[in-house]
Amino acid sequence: MDKERYSRHLNLKNFGESRQQKLLDAKVLVIGAGGLGCPVLQYLTAAGVGEIGIADGDTVSLSNLQRQVLYTVDDISLPKAVQAAIRLQRLNPDIVIHTHVLHVDAANALELIRYYDIVVDGTDNFASRYLINDACVLLEKPLVYGAVYQYEGQVAVFNVADILGIKTNYRDLFATPPSAVDAPDCNDTGVIGVLPGIIGVLQATEVIKLITGIGKALINQLLTWSVVSATAYTVQLQENPEAKAFIPADQAAFRATDYDWLCSTQITGVEQIGPISFVQLTTEADVLFIDVRESGEQPEAHFPHLQIPLSRFKENLLSIHKNKVVLFCQSGKRSLQAAQIIRDSFGESKKVYSLTGGILTLIE
Amino acid sequence: MVKVKLIAFGQLAEILGDDELNLNAADTNGLKDALNQRFPELKNKKYVLAVNKQVVSINILLTEGATVALLPPFSGG
Repeated sequence: MDKERYSRHLNLKNFGESRQQKLLDAKVLVIGAGGLGCPVLQYLTAAGVGEIGIADGDTVSLSNLQRQVLYTVDDISLPKAVQAAIRLQRLNPDIVIHTHVLHVDAANALELIRYYDIVVDGTDNFASRYLINDACVLLEKPLVYGAVYQYEGQVAVFNVADILGIKTNYRDLFATPPSAVDAPDCNDTGVIGVLPGIIGVLQATEVIKLITGIGKALINQLLTWSVVSATAYTVQLQENPEAKAFIPADQAAFRATDYDWLCSTQITGVEQIGPISFVQLTTEADVLFIDVRESGEQPEAHFPHLQIPLSRFKENLLSIHKNKVVLFCQSGKRSLQAAQIIRDSFGESKKVYSLTGGILTLIE
Repeated sequence: MVKVKLIAFGQLAEILGDDELNLNAADTNGLKDALNQRFPELKNKKYVLAVNKQVVSINILLTEGATVALLPPFSGG
């Protein structure tokens, strides 16, 4: 143990060498190296968690830098997991960092998670959150959950028994995912940059408490932090008897579960398309492309299209004069909402497409 | 019927508005009905209720002056 590096822990009342050794012996997997993942990774690395896994399949983009503080402009277009590992290893060369450049899915999650003692959820979508939750339930791994929305964030510790032996997980709180339409992400609604910093640091704190046994971890509790009021609101969770039925019964059932489908809204009659089909449609006649983003959102679309912001979509339905309509937005969620509005108003008289992943997928 | 105080988070706060809100209801199911009537937009939203900071998944009786929080799922990271 490097006594100088960890001296402030070693001198700390109720911490000391035995607890620092527990950190050095621990293996923590951080899934998502974005707004939440960056501060989690920085503080766990600094604290001397012996082995840290970073799982993220994304690359760094300029709009990440407002809150993802591990990265610089030099990292743009490069894999987050790799760039984070380089920076973290310089912060603490004594620990082992495992880089997993991948999107966690039902096929790889169990093998990935099995190796680690604790999992941190720093992802940004419900499909990943439910998948990680269910995998951690099946493998009985403690899960430190964090999520943000605009000016508020949530933190909880799942799959750890309290003194009564009760364990809760994310499904005890929300048994099934909301439709993507109902729960927009940061790309669509924005997030104040400091918020994932606050929530990520709270997650790192809970990890350190779980490993070292100091204090009381947020077991079976959900903490909501509000940036606006600078207050925390903590509620007690309880087992939801209905929730168990939604968790795959065993590992084989887990691998066979399609989490993307469970969590995306399959709207009847709306075809969700990728960038290739999208480009193909631009060559067809009688197709109307509609950008449903608010005016001024970047990047601009450089092909013929109509702009009808989602906020004024219903009032402008009459300007949709063609029967084949392709909708797009920034990340693919608002275009789904607009697709739903068209379906509700025109029924099957119009063929509706929505660009999954939004205009951002066209650029890649 | 008893009077309870409501607190909403996330998207739900946008629907319920900034002012302190009190509603009358006998139990949590009755409260949800009253909320849906007053805020039809809530019907399609997913959220859990926490009565006096205890999340409830079944219908329970409310007590006078209880605080009921509406907690939606967040997905951002």
